[in-house]
Amino acid sequence: MDGLINGLYGIPLLGILVQFVGYIVHIVPDISPLLLQAATPLALGALCGVICERSGVVNIGIEGTMLASAFVAWIVGVTVAPLLPADPSPIFGITPTLLIALVAALLTALLISLVHAWLSITVRADQIISGTIINIAAFGVTGYLFQLIEKGSPTSAGAFTAFTPPSQLVQIPLVGWIFNMFLNQGPIAMSVIVIVIVMQVLLFRSRWGLRTRAVGEHPRAAETVGIDVVRLRYRNVLAGGLLAGLAGAFLTMEASNSFQTAMTQGRGFIALAAMIIGRWTPLGALGAALLFSSSQAIAQSITFAPPGGDLGTILTAIPAQGYDMLPYLVTIIVVAGLIGRSIPPAADGQPYEREAAT
Amino acid sequence: MTAARPDQEASRRRSLGRRVWSAIGLPLVAIVLAMLVGAVVIIASELLVGGGQLNWGKPLEAYGALFQGAFGGTDAVVQTAVSTAPLLLAALGVGFGFKSGLFNIGAQGQYLTGALGAVAVGVALAGAPGIVAVPLSVLAGVAVGALWGFIPGFLKATRGAHEVVTTIMLNYVAISLLAALVAGPLNTPKSISPVTHDVGNAALPVFIGSNGHIGILIAVAMVAVVWFVLYRTTFGFEVRAVGVNPDAARYAGMRPRLLTMLTMTICGGLSGLAGAGDLLGVSHQMTSSFSTTVGFDSIAVALLGRSNPVGILFGAILFGAMRAGAPLMQIQASIPAELIDVIQGTVLFFLVATPVILRGFQTGLDTTQITRSYGEASH
Repeated sequence: MDGLINGLYGIPLLGILVQFVGYIVHIVPDISPLLLQAATPLALGALCGVICERSGVVNIGIEGTMLASAFVAWIVGVTVAPLLPADPSPIFGITPTLLIALVAALLTALLISLVHAWLSITVRADQIISGTIINIAAFGVTGYLFQLIEKGSPTSAGAFTAFTPPSQLVQIPLVGWIFNMFLNQGPIAMSVIVIVIVMQVLLFRSRWGLRTRAVGEHPRAAETVGIDVVRLRYRNVLAGGLLAGLAGAFLTMEASNSFQTAMTQGRGFIALAAMIIGRWTPLGALGAALLFSSSQAIAQSITFAPPGGDLGTILTAIPAQGYDMLPYLVTIIVVAGLIGRSIPPAADGQPYEREAAT
Repeated sequence: MTAARPDQEASRRRSLGRRVWSAIGLPLVAIVLAMLVGAVVIIASELLVGGGQLNWGKPLEAYGALFQGAFGGTDAVVQTAVSTAPLLLAALGVGFGFKSGLFNIGAQGQYLTGALGAVAVGVALAGAPGIVAVPLSVLAGVAVGALWGFIPGFLKATRGAHEVVTTIMLNYVAISLLAALVAGPLNTPKSISPVTHDVGNAALPVFIGSNGHIGILIAVAMVAVVWFVLYRTTFGFEVRAVGVNPDAARYAGMRPRLLTMLTMTICGGLSGLAGAGDLLGVSHQMTSSFSTTVGFDSIAVALLGRSNPVGILFGAILFGAMRAGAPLMQIQASIPAELIDVIQGTVLFFLVATPVILRGFQTGLDTTQITRSYGEASH
């Protein structure tokens, strides 16, 4: 076996490729839980995008929604923590404080989405402007309040902890790391996989899904068969907001236990990229999010523990920022249709005007 | 020439009234309402964080300090002009795009790449005479920014890729590219953290105060240039025609695809000039965390100015003054500078929502649609 692999490594060009695959196969099992963690906010944000855009509402305010929810989850947690008993549950480390903080984060996201829905559906403003308003205002309000509060003592309300899967499961050869990836997670990251599957089924197999897609493709036709376009779009934007809120809560309640100014760091926009590359499907969005988080993780791994030989020389010659821009470059290539075109719903971004009753 | 019939006269007067309202009244109302919201935010946050004391005078104190920081004395006014220049240039670009139905969210990336081009050439020519180094560095910034605008224009014209998506992505590509180049080929050897050399003689000459560089004059001159191009040239007419109705423009013999590419290139060039001006006029060198809020701010300014170059000038001065005055507000009144972002977001909100609120939530009005059909554009 070793002889075969060494033989393959010796082939020019192809050898390098085989070495690269070998390197990835070598490192991915070790970092697999991290991959899903990094992908979680991207995937949830992308799902928000899918659910909004499938019904015809573009939402570039995901970034702002996420940031505001992350802040509210943190601030509410810190505020109520002294008032409530703090004995975390054995699994996930759930405390009453965290539950209240989570609900507050979701409500915040709901409120922001209501603004987006009102501006883009009722007011029929340009949806990009509406998203821009959310992004600017969320950055301003969270930054403003954080500055004020930080002068006191920045504290933490704790965070969800990861579930520890049974070691027998994790140690199964070849596939154990997959169990580790999906089970060695906190509640929000673990729920992502469930949400993705449920949404995939709902979007393509349920009445709601059919209606959503109809409204996103041809709202006029949908209305003639009795679908309330405005109401459906409102519902979808609000539901999408919940997902973006969950992504925000993940950042301050699971991935870390405190807030930082502008801590979303463009994740809301990578989420849009994941949505596009995933072709507006939940499963595709998760796949793209995992692809992005993997490329980041592999880039870090290359910096800290580069593979030896020619492969190491090649990979370390590419600066880390080269890997950072990969998701964005891939998205540009895909929307330009250079490799596998990704086509948005036909009525995406168009405000809907009811036909005047005569 | 026959005299206008009374009803025609009345409708003309009404439409004039509507234009004045849309160009001046609405932005003013939005600004006032946003300042009021800002005041409420200040009072509420003082109540929550400042020990439960209702302090009605606090907003006045904060806005007073903001005004003082923006206009109190020569240095403050110069600082306002310095903050206004990049906003003005980038917003002229964004507004130019709006006029032809293109939503350029890429001002941030075009600004950053413009600054990158300017610093690369500026450092190379740091020892050359200023008369050579300055124009070449500025032009390099304009050229690289224009390229960063041309890419989404080209992809939209030839492949139907929507510019909103491609410009967002290019913003992030620009951030990574900048960090890679500053940490790599442009880095100063032996520096603690990545930073480029100083641009030396390529720095923009200062003509007023301690840092009032000539980029300010260039920015103001561009208002006139963009106005002239938009309203007094055939090209500008075509740009606006495509924005109003691309199909009609095509039947009239114009070439929307070519215009899309040119327009985005001009957007990029103006934002690139903004970046070059800041780099060569203010920072003189670039760290790997060189960043800007111009991207979203310029969208707000362009909308506030109704995409009209003169309106944009006023919008940019307003937002530039806020940026310039914010530090003093933070020091004197202990109000975080992020209040400016709150106000900007709120101004935009009221700009969009006020007409609807005034009509009692009735729908069926002319709404702000910049680009048509996000979906169809990609077919």
